[in-house]
Amino acid sequence: MIPLISLNSLFSTMLFLLLLNNLLLLGAPGLRALIRLTAFQGILLGVLLFGMEHALLACAVLGIKGLLLPGLLERTRRRLGAADEPRPRMHLGVCVVTGILGLVFSLWLETRLPILPDLFPPLLLPTALTTLFCGLILVVGRATAISQVIGYLVAENGIFLLGMPLMAAGAIWFELALLLDIFVAVFVMGNAIGHIGETFDSLDTGRFRSLRD
Amino acid sequence: MNAPACFLVQLGLALVLAPLLPGVINRVKAKVAGRRGKPLLQTYYDLAKLLGKGEVVSRTTTWTFAAGPGVSLAAALCALALLPMGGVTSPLAFGGDFLLAAYLLGMGRFATMLAALDTGSSFEGMGASREAAFSALGEPALFLAFLTLTSLSLDLGRGEAGLSVVDARAAFSLSALFNGDMAAFWQSGRPELLLAPAVFFALLLAENCRIPVDDPTTHLELTMIHEVMVLDHSGPNLAMIVYGAALKLWFFAALVAGLLVPPLPLWQHAALSLAAIFGIGCCVGLVESGMARLKLTRVPHFLGVAAALAALALILTQAR
Repeated sequence: MIPLISLNSLFSTMLFLLLLNNLLLLGAPGLRALIRLTAFQGILLGVLLFGMEHALLACAVLGIKGLLLPGLLERTRRRLGAADEPRPRMHLGVCVVTGILGLVFSLWLETRLPILPDLFPPLLLPTALTTLFCGLILVVGRATAISQVIGYLVAENGIFLLGMPLMAAGAIWFELALLLDIFVAVFVMGNAIGHIGETFDSLDTGRFRSLRD
Repeated sequence: MNAPACFLVQLGLALVLAPLLPGVINRVKAKVAGRRGKPLLQTYYDLAKLLGKGEVVSRTTTWTFAAGPGVSLAAALCALALLPMGGVTSPLAFGGDFLLAAYLLGMGRFATMLAALDTGSSFEGMGASREAAFSALGEPALFLAFLTLTSLSLDLGRGEAGLSVVDARAAFSLSALFNGDMAAFWQSGRPELLLAPAVFFALLLAENCRIPVDDPTTHLELTMIHEVMVLDHSGPNLAMIVYGAALKLWFFAALVAGLLVPPLPLWQHAALSLAAIFGIGCCVGLVESGMARLKLTRVPHFLGVAAALAALALILTQAR
């Protein structure tokens, strides 16, 4: 009988869970579910990094992406009392189908891109590209500012995944710097959304277009 | 014991034990709710009672009404005979028999719906219409999941994983798809294959009218789907419907178990498959205890999620 779990199978299981997590993010109707799924994505990224023996970065990712940023978003959500997306711009089913199409495109792209052999473990490049696409779909398809920040965070997770195989070549400091940037960006966005929410009665970004002096 | 005899013993066991499965589900639900619940053997008592009763048939009905329960029971029996039992290939297996099994179940459903429409009651017509709509929505998920399994089975036939080698035609039979090779495959680092049992579990809930799609215990006219179609049946005909439903539940539970139980020596495989089927019964009980029934308009979303998961499994298996 084949052994139940090997390191490789654990790695591909994590990547597969990331893919599932992305599609769930696209189909999640409530903000609370979105924030939880983002936290889960951060934890999965951290576990992946532990698997690649980058303990320092793994701890940073777990702390920032798995706890701090989702905590900040949850605090903002609670302060504003925003429970659900009022009316997403794209139907959730359409979002999920677009995400699956993004996955198909990423799988096709993997076969077409000239990449160094053995640079990307199997499934890593398609997962990274799909995460990036899902982030973009969230930014475009959702109406409230807070879910768009989540989309931004998810897209960045995709870029982070793309950079993972290069860490062995000394790019770890670059990744850490990027992580800090993201932290500051989401922190600022979280505060900005808080102020928007206190000043206006809606976080629908579509309404910002009609603002006047 | 040779393979056909072993298959027949297990098929006999399945036919005898199938009514126990609804009993297990009810007992789990009762335990979770803190009640004593019905006896485990309640379905057997119901069947015995119904078989001993007379029958009242409306004068508006024709032979279609009388034929419905018999056809649906026969279809469920034939579909079950096509399944491998505890890893033993069915003697009736042939390439593409999964299509026959799917459409046998479809035929059984069609006969029940015709019988419901034959009564002329608008109430039963409403149930038949709902059943037709939801079963049509479940089919894409079922066939996408079968497509995933057959494509992998062909890979296995080419000896990719060094597992059992079957020829290309036999790779398309239920016996090749559900004999345990798939379980060995997901254990060897292909987690996307775990989506297939999840899809079949969702289909089990939908096709057997369990919560969250339908509530088998409800008798509220606005929410009934399957129960409303069989309201006019009584006596031995109702017994056939109850037994046919138990066989169908066993069929779907055996599909899920066939994907989860790894290849083992004969009797170990048989015992583990049996345990897995009752384990799946417990899972159904837990799902029913933890979830409310979905609104009718949300049921297509549930089946859509199952289809999306099946599509994802297909895409990922094809990409490797």
